[in-house]
Amino acid sequence: MIKEIKILSDHGRQYIADLRHQPVAQRFRGRPVIAAGIEAEEISKVSALCPVSAIDGRTGAIDMGRCAFCNECALILPGTISFTNDYRIAANRREHLVVNPGVEKPVRLDDQMIRKEIKHYFRRSLKLRQVSAGGDNSCEMELGATGNVNFDFGRYGVEFVASPRHSDGIVITGPVTENMAEALEICYDAVPSPKIIVLAGTDAISGGIFAGSPALNRSFIDNHTIDLYVPGNPVHPLSFINGIMDLLGL
Amino acid sequence: MSNQRYIEVRNGSPAIPVGEIPVLSYDLFHEEVCGLLKSEANHCLSYHCVDLQSVYRFFCFIADDAAGTIRILSHEMKKDGAPLRSLTEVIPSMHIFEREIHESHGIGFTGHPWLKPVRYPHDRADRSSAMDNYPFYEIESEELHEVGVGPIHAGVIEPGHFRFICNGEKVLHLEIQLGYQHRGTEKLMAEKEGALQRCIIAENIAGDTAAGHGLAHAQLIESLASVEPDEALQIERCIALEMERIAVHIGDTAALCGDVAYQLGQVTCEALRTMVINTTQLWCGNRFSKGLMRPGGTNYPLTEEISGEILKIMAEVEKRFSDVTGLIYTLPSVLGRMEDIGTVTRQQAAETGALGMAARTCGIMRDIRKTHPFQYFRKYEITPVIQEQGDVLARGTLRAQEVKESVKIIRHLLHEWKETRGTAKKPVYDYRLQPESLAISVTEGWRGEICHIALTDSSGKIIHYKIKDPSVHNWMSLALAVRNQEISDFPVCNKSFNLSYCGHDL
Repeated sequence: MIKEIKILSDHGRQYIADLRHQPVAQRFRGRPVIAAGIEAEEISKVSALCPVSAIDGRTGAIDMGRCAFCNECALILPGTISFTNDYRIAANRREHLVVNPGVEKPVRLDDQMIRKEIKHYFRRSLKLRQVSAGGDNSCEMELGATGNVNFDFGRYGVEFVASPRHSDGIVITGPVTENMAEALEICYDAVPSPKIIVLAGTDAISGGIFAGSPALNRSFIDNHTIDLYVPGNPVHPLSFINGIMDLLGL
Repeated sequence: MSNQRYIEVRNGSPAIPVGEIPVLSYDLFHEEVCGLLKSEANHCLSYHCVDLQSVYRFFCFIADDAAGTIRILSHEMKKDGAPLRSLTEVIPSMHIFEREIHESHGIGFTGHPWLKPVRYPHDRADRSSAMDNYPFYEIESEELHEVGVGPIHAGVIEPGHFRFICNGEKVLHLEIQLGYQHRGTEKLMAEKEGALQRCIIAENIAGDTAAGHGLAHAQLIESLASVEPDEALQIERCIALEMERIAVHIGDTAALCGDVAYQLGQVTCEALRTMVINTTQLWCGNRFSKGLMRPGGTNYPLTEEISGEILKIMAEVEKRFSDVTGLIYTLPSVLGRMEDIGTVTRQQAAETGALGMAARTCGIMRDIRKTHPFQYFRKYEITPVIQEQGDVLARGTLRAQEVKESVKIIRHLLHEWKETRGTAKKPVYDYRLQPESLAISVTEGWRGEICHIALTDSSGKIIHYKIKDPSVHNWMSLALAVRNQEISDFPVCNKSFNLSYCGHDL
């Protein structure tokens, strides 16, 4: 028993008290900021370099739904492009993931777009089924981490559950492979209505680096309304948590 | 005589011209490969087929753990050639390579006992072979029943289908069907023109092994470009690799505790893992070290400040993890769920070609850091941890010992790093790769041996890229581990291996 007490005392208090304002490492790459004065030549340079075509070759805007957060564009244009450590980057409109030059405002959900039943039914308890459809296990681990002793998202009644039958929605990771397309559809159908769909990670939102691979089948994503997009490579637990909190109005 | 049958290279040595690799008749190839693989000091890193339009060219890479060399053997086959005599008949661990070749190119192997689909690639030879008609092994019996689990599992994990044949609660046979995660990774590696794009793919092959696969790729590109990274960079890469090993091993310990309902172990290990990956994030901005491994240089050279932080965190993690594992593995309630559960025998591990931890827990020394050292491991010899029991407990305690060992390695490497610091080079994305060459790069990720191979055409463009995650072999070890176990022990067996689905499905 003494050993246990010693271990617990070393362990101390691990949980993050304020999930809205937890500081993260300076180098963490969240919301990008692009200088208003970015020149056409600079835009073509970075858009040619970008491995995932996330930079608009005309406007210089960065699409976080495609971005691999590799930081290479910021490294060749220091002072013009930078990634802030703002992890609150989830949106419920796909176009809100696009950050335009000269825009420094935070990403927020469009309240008008949130279906009424979401807050009504899920505000106090949201059970989610996670479906990995070609995910590389880093997003999966970060989603798993949202329930761990540090992030403890369970404090708000948000949890991942074992069966779609017990859940209020699905969280998709991965670019959605052809081989997983049918299982994803079956899983979604098994979730009782009303239900939500969340896309977690760049791969799920756009296919990421795998976009255009003949091994994918993204028809599920194209044919359903998405309630929340959470960018990241992988999604940071705080990005997911803050996104869901915004969606539920917490 | 035997010198003309193959060409010998070392891990990370410059790429070799394809023209220098002798092409054997299949009979000679078969004889030579079987002869080599009869010795346990040798094992096959990769055996694959390249479609060269006019012919199929096969390359087989056999690692000699004693001599630290890699032998490359090759044979060719006409497109309409007759089926080949299977190597698997003689060397069971070759089963997966022949299955892969069969699935991708439709090449037959006579005498192969288990020529089943591997991952249902989008460009497979037989389009009638589909996810929902996998030829599962069946036993006709009134007493037995089948249990199907997946592809979607109860936890937040990747998909795969497990089909158990049970006698009551006891598992007689488990067959694992994979392929759900297939993203066409190898094809994309050859098709993407950008060097940076390939780096991004490499760290997404298995996101939990971004350092392991990222390094295998960076090292491969350096081989093809005939460049040698400077010493400081080599050290930094090894540190990142060991930090990844520590983080995952601690996370797996938490998961194992969770599965046997030991909450104190679970929560303390979860917190310790967070400390390690947050240190990785401090270093390179990503908790999984994505962005860190690049050919030719690094965007995140280690600094005095980060190095100090790593040392500090490592000291704390080592102590606390040692305290908690010292407790976990003495508790009767934990031991009862792990001891003699999911045992893989030494022979089974050898026959299935088990790698990394899965081999080292069965008394087989497979550790690329030691036998085919890469980067700074060429200068710093590590001491692999070996266990004999092959059960869940061995896979648990091996992790605890490896964490300790990795902390020791990191301490030593950071000390060396202080001595050798140079000016950090930036990554290079415009290397001219040697034309018509073949290169191989092997690293030891936390799961085990990771192997990347590339072939270039006359202009130096990569036309074929082959990836092997150790999971490719170790999934069979898991299937054997649960035989004659209670089906309720499957989760703890599965966690104890923690194999990659996406690394397998590619």
